[in-house]
Amino acid sequence: MKEAGRTKSGKGNMIESKDLVHEYSRRDEDGNITGIIRAIDGVDIQVKPGDFIAVLGANGSGKSTFAKHLNGLLFPTEGTLYIDGMDTSDSTNALFVRQTAGMVFQNPDNQIIANIVEEDVGFGPENMGVPTQEILKRVEESLKEVGMFEYRRHSPNRLSGGQKQRVAIAGIMAMRPKCIVLDEATAMLDPVGRKNVLGTVLRLNKKEKITIILITHYMEEVVQADYIYVMNKGKVALEGTPGEVFREEGKLEECRLTAPQITQLVRKLRKANIPIREDIFSEEELIRSLLLFKKNGR
Amino acid sequence: MLRDITIGQYYRADSVIHRLDARVKIVGTILYIISLFTFSSFQGYAVSVLFFGIMVTLSKVPFSYIVRGLKPILFMLVFTAALNLFWTPGTTIVEIGMLHLTWEGLYKAGFISLRLILLILGSSLMTLTTTPNQLTDGIEHLLRPLKYIHVPVHELALMMSIALRFIPILIEETDRIMKAQTARGADFESGNIARRLKNMLPILIPLFVSAVNRANDLALAMDARCYHGGDNRTKMHPLRYQGKDILAYGACVFYLVVLGIIVRI
Repeated sequence: MKEAGRTKSGKGNMIESKDLVHEYSRRDEDGNITGIIRAIDGVDIQVKPGDFIAVLGANGSGKSTFAKHLNGLLFPTEGTLYIDGMDTSDSTNALFVRQTAGMVFQNPDNQIIANIVEEDVGFGPENMGVPTQEILKRVEESLKEVGMFEYRRHSPNRLSGGQKQRVAIAGIMAMRPKCIVLDEATAMLDPVGRKNVLGTVLRLNKKEKITIILITHYMEEVVQADYIYVMNKGKVALEGTPGEVFREEGKLEECRLTAPQITQLVRKLRKANIPIREDIFSEEELIRSLLLFKKNGR
Repeated sequence: MLRDITIGQYYRADSVIHRLDARVKIVGTILYIISLFTFSSFQGYAVSVLFFGIMVTLSKVPFSYIVRGLKPILFMLVFTAALNLFWTPGTTIVEIGMLHLTWEGLYKAGFISLRLILLILGSSLMTLTTTPNQLTDGIEHLLRPLKYIHVPVHELALMMSIALRFIPILIEETDRIMKAQTARGADFESGNIARRLKNMLPILIPLFVSAVNRANDLALAMDARCYHGGDNRTKMHPLRYQGKDILAYGACVFYLVVLGIIVRI
């Protein structure tokens, strides 16, 4: 696929959305429109290449609708969305957009197409018309990157949920995207699977400089993000670094979300006059600073 | 329990037959099955059995494993044999009431059973040595000429392989729904057939709903991975004939020629 000659705009951002609006119309049996639901209502988001961005939101906040726009699966009703400079509302861009921003979905079973792991990873490149030798190379590299190479000849049915999601990520990686969108990709996994998938994603972000958009309602997952957008009722209700966002307890509650347990605990400890830093997000860090306080404090 | 069902009982082994191109195996099996119907003499069967024996030895699949394929048709086999034994007119050997056991019947029953057995064993040897993926790939290639009369060959093959992928998932789902309904007092075991079928309804409806939802998800996921039909698509494992495949075609032709000569004599 050639990319030359495509008009680019979007100020060099990986993702640039301006006043993005998406409306679903509800229809009755005869196809007449009976109501319009605004799932996304004027969203402005800019993501620089190589960033790790989290989009937080409770059910029905519009975060999944937004995710589907990033992949050209839905088109904006109003406003514009540029992915790596390409206008997603131009349907001739669709294949290029999907190649640039790969998408991992929620249900691991429903996104694996082939009966053998390596053939599933090869599905994307096959569709793009990549030559056979190059596909084999990419499949091997991608499976090694997500740590699933030894399972390449297995049937996906015998893998755990976390392993299946890693295969799905490998399937996206084999398309050589600049950006990966994870649409609640960890929601159906057990804690171990979730940790493995997040670890894989984080490594791809740091090592391969791939832009990550993590869409989730788990607060604990967004701690390592560079920047967080919190969505509520189709709008961006809150944005900032994890520290800035978690501080806004009241606003989070309005969005039907709560700060991570660690943050809540830190807040309570500080209220009880224990002088520890506010921006502690991990268990180990908290234990370390508490031990330090015990040694030096009194 | 339901999880153990496998479609296309592939037997994993490393043999010449396993490594053959799926197309050779499909064409070879079809030729073999047709050849079984072209003669009815002992010499002919001797050649067929010998040829099959060589293939089994080469395939490294244990013979007991292949014979298991006969289980489902055991009843049919006994039934046709019995019909032929007693209803063929000719010289009577024994007479039991109305039934006449004749020499001709014995002869005919033997032939027909042998033909059926070889037919089933021959095709199980193919499914035992070919993975479902290779099979769909082979079928796609063989049916390619039909594209010119606008048969969607690529789409049909893709549908077949997706169906294979989702069979275990849907079986597991059925199992789960059944348990959930049993836990709420549903009864699938008692009553006559009509009643049992009616009781299956609470299983089928959720299963259909879930299957449609899954299909919707899968279509989105395929879109997201740039699927846009069979045009401009490349293959990760393209089917390419190699020396051994040509040799295998040669072996099939050799078998047919030998069979022809033996039967004529």
